[in-house]
Amino acid sequence: MIVNEKVAIDHGLKKDEYKKICDLLKRTPNITELGIFSAMWNEHCSYKSSRIHLKKLPTKGKQVIQGPGENAGVIDIGDNDAIVFKIESHNHPSFIEPYQGAATGVGGIMRDVFTMGARPIANLNSIHFGSTQHKKTKNLLRGVVHGIGGYGNCMGVPTIAGQTSFDSSYNGNILVNAMTLGLVKKNKIFYSKAAGLNKPVIYVGSKTGRDGIHGASMASASFDDKIEEKKPTVQVGDPFTEKLLLEACLELMAGDSIIAIQDMGAAGLTSSSIEMASKGNLGIEINLNKVPCRESKMTPYEIMLSESQERMLIVLENGKEEQAKKIFDKWNLDFAVIGKTTKSKKIQLYFDNELVANIPVNTLVENSPMYDRKWKKAKLPKKIKIKKEDINNLKIIEVLKKILANPNICSKEWIWQQYDHTVMGDTIQKPGGDSGVVRVHGTNKAVAASVDSSAVYCWAHPLTGGKQIVCESFRNLISVGAKPIAITNCLNFGSPENEENMGEFVECVQGIGEASSYLKFPVVSGNVSFYNQTKDQGIKPTPSIGGVGLIKDYTKMITMDFKEVDNSVLVIGKTEGHIDQSLFARVIINEKNGPPPEINLFNEKNNGETLLKLIENNLIKSAHDISLGGIITAVSKMCIKGNKGINLKKPKYLINEIEYFFSEDQGRYIIEINNSDLKKVVDLLNKNAVHYDELGTINENMLFLNEKTKVTIDELKEFNTKWLKEYMSN
Amino acid sequence: MKSAVITFPGSNCDRDMDVALKKFGFKNKMVWHQDVELPKSDLVVLPGGFSYGDYLRCGSMASKSKIMQSVINFANSGGMVMGICNGFQILVETGLVPGVLLRNKYLEFICKNVFVKIRNKNSDYFKNINNEVLELHIAHNEGNYFCTNDQLKEIEDHNQIAINYCNIDGKIEEKFNPNGSLKNIAGIFNKEKNVLGMMPHPERMIDPSLSGNDGSLFFKNLINNLK
Repeated sequence: MIVNEKVAIDHGLKKDEYKKICDLLKRTPNITELGIFSAMWNEHCSYKSSRIHLKKLPTKGKQVIQGPGENAGVIDIGDNDAIVFKIESHNHPSFIEPYQGAATGVGGIMRDVFTMGARPIANLNSIHFGSTQHKKTKNLLRGVVHGIGGYGNCMGVPTIAGQTSFDSSYNGNILVNAMTLGLVKKNKIFYSKAAGLNKPVIYVGSKTGRDGIHGASMASASFDDKIEEKKPTVQVGDPFTEKLLLEACLELMAGDSIIAIQDMGAAGLTSSSIEMASKGNLGIEINLNKVPCRESKMTPYEIMLSESQERMLIVLENGKEEQAKKIFDKWNLDFAVIGKTTKSKKIQLYFDNELVANIPVNTLVENSPMYDRKWKKAKLPKKIKIKKEDINNLKIIEVLKKILANPNICSKEWIWQQYDHTVMGDTIQKPGGDSGVVRVHGTNKAVAASVDSSAVYCWAHPLTGGKQIVCESFRNLISVGAKPIAITNCLNFGSPENEENMGEFVECVQGIGEASSYLKFPVVSGNVSFYNQTKDQGIKPTPSIGGVGLIKDYTKMITMDFKEVDNSVLVIGKTEGHIDQSLFARVIINEKNGPPPEINLFNEKNNGETLLKLIENNLIKSAHDISLGGIITAVSKMCIKGNKGINLKKPKYLINEIEYFFSEDQGRYIIEINNSDLKKVVDLLNKNAVHYDELGTINENMLFLNEKTKVTIDELKEFNTKWLKEYMSN
Repeated sequence: MKSAVITFPGSNCDRDMDVALKKFGFKNKMVWHQDVELPKSDLVVLPGGFSYGDYLRCGSMASKSKIMQSVINFANSGGMVMGICNGFQILVETGLVPGVLLRNKYLEFICKNVFVKIRNKNSDYFKNINNEVLELHIAHNEGNYFCTNDQLKEIEDHNQIAINYCNIDGKIEEKFNPNGSLKNIAGIFNKEKNVLGMMPHPERMIDPSLSGNDGSLFFKNLINNLK
């Protein structure tokens, strides 16, 4: 096939990008080379629109062992233990083919983690669907949940937490973000940097097929009417093979024969070989005839661009091939020496004894395009004046029932009951809490993880929204008694070529950076997903934040369920009555304008750290952060989980009851305290200048404000649990 | 007491079972599916997971593994063999226990706590256990027990039902049946009661920090019965 500008454009490259390729090579690339360039230079692999902004994120910290740039981030949790973790998107494939798209998303992120030598110990996910009225939503939700479960359950890794939302902006572009945590010994972490000349390059895992060719390019473009035609670009997963690959790799890693290892994810053999060579400042020579293929007559182009799953590339020490092969034979996996490292600093591919590609590695990586896209700064929307008559007639309990049954608040049990969340025998906090928690096997430590996003806040004001999600992640970890350590982010946005979408990206990233820097909660890994749009319609900006924290003594873990009748309940943090962009405003009074709640980073840090001190001193019986739906929604969930009620006190504030109960001011938690500890708690809060309010006292089974405003917990539970089950069974 | 846990390709509860057995005093050995001989054992366990990726039919390929001939011989000579979840699926494929395990009634994987009523305390598995009802944990896609009417009659005639899904008070009713199993059957013995297959995972309930602690009762009782 003759390569020209048109062929390049069909590969998703821009005119000037094609010209740059010809200039760098000083010749016209052949079709295989063009395919390699298009795979390396697309948005998904090159981060060409996001790189200059991502550089500004804080990535260092006392406990950070590895920040962004490797397969995943690594943090130190003491005693020579480290946690490897990352979140990644699989949005485009999941919309086209929900089961396989979601399944391979989970498979891909687990590979990123075990590539570094870590055994995966927990999975999480953040999934976002269109309006519940949209005709595709139900099937997409079912397919994605089955896919996530199908892969994670078979791997034997518990899915411990997640987040699900519905919003019409995802009607044509759902989001599927998968996160994995792995456990590794600090001195046994593996990296992707090749080193040494003439070292054997090994291919292991599944055979290469024609599935997923140009998957990364597909993920770098907007959807149009012909989306169904893109089905063949979705990869097909086989969790059984990945389970074998996991065990085989960990067995090989127990020895000392691996120099570098890299999984074949987006852009398959192309990106894995080039990344290893680039990091090692070396060349790689590959004989494509040696690559195990599933189908006959595959061309060099197809072999290089296939995104078949469950494959790894390894650079071994010389002479260790036989020993390594034995392990992969035991697990019934393909093993082939396909090439070697060279000093050429080029990627050189041979097929049928012919040199079919010859590209300097730096042209693909360092010289890849980088854009400083135009972007528009967002204005802070004006505060809405809510008319008193709009809310004066509302009955608190009726509003509460509607909110508890809202798709974005209701119990997601239908989803997480389909995920194995107890395998590995260390899950001590299952889905449905503020964070999932797993013990570090065989120790007194536990790791907490949570995944959060607030697309509505980010859409209303990206800078504030960006800060808010980091703070929410911080709060979710603290609520279970974990000290927050670091985050991973998955940045889901519309087209970077649209100034408004690009502005949302830039300012969300700025907000994330400001909050994570202030809270000493650095970003250690992540992924950017642009072009989440159909035709001209982009999604609401949806950065997902995966936070990880440590509980030194797992017996001190906190859950949100109310524990004991007569215990006192306090609200930490000040309630100002911010209703704009709250669930109440959007759902109950249909008001979609106004600014999101303000973030005060000083209060976030101070309130959170003070609560951690209270937990460390064994003064807290249950805790829950206040987010969507405000105080009364949060306290209802604590009642439902604990099968207890609460006698609520009337607010002392001048703001009215509706604002007090449903506002979404930030930096707040609800805590349960034994009355004998009340004085100690209040003293500590006062000493640290933390604002608190008395919220009430726990009773047997009733949410009670006054004789006219009361409801049984069973009734609230019914509203909270039935919506999703009924929706999915109709 | 000595035990052996078989690891098949795709097993994923093998480590959890190893941890549980050791916690309650067993000297446990892990056995690879391609081994031919079993180590000397008082108990052999087929663990949960997705042996052979559930390809063909859950448990069917594992039932033809090299080691399985030794496991079958061991069982036929009276040895204690316990299959949990995928291990139960493997046992029905070998014919050591009767019946089959179909896909769950609502075609969804289920992971949650369930209550089971102990139906037969004459076996070494449940002899001397004080409780009538245990809270255990299930996590499966194919746990819907089924057999023919003739088989069911034989099962009932020989008291082969080990445990039934029930509520906290031990009531066995359809509404407490998580997966559509015939007669709420959650676990079943062979005629001689030395082979037990069950869907619930006692090994996930061995510590009050976990989803529950009734698995501890099961294992403590089991090792005492074998002593």
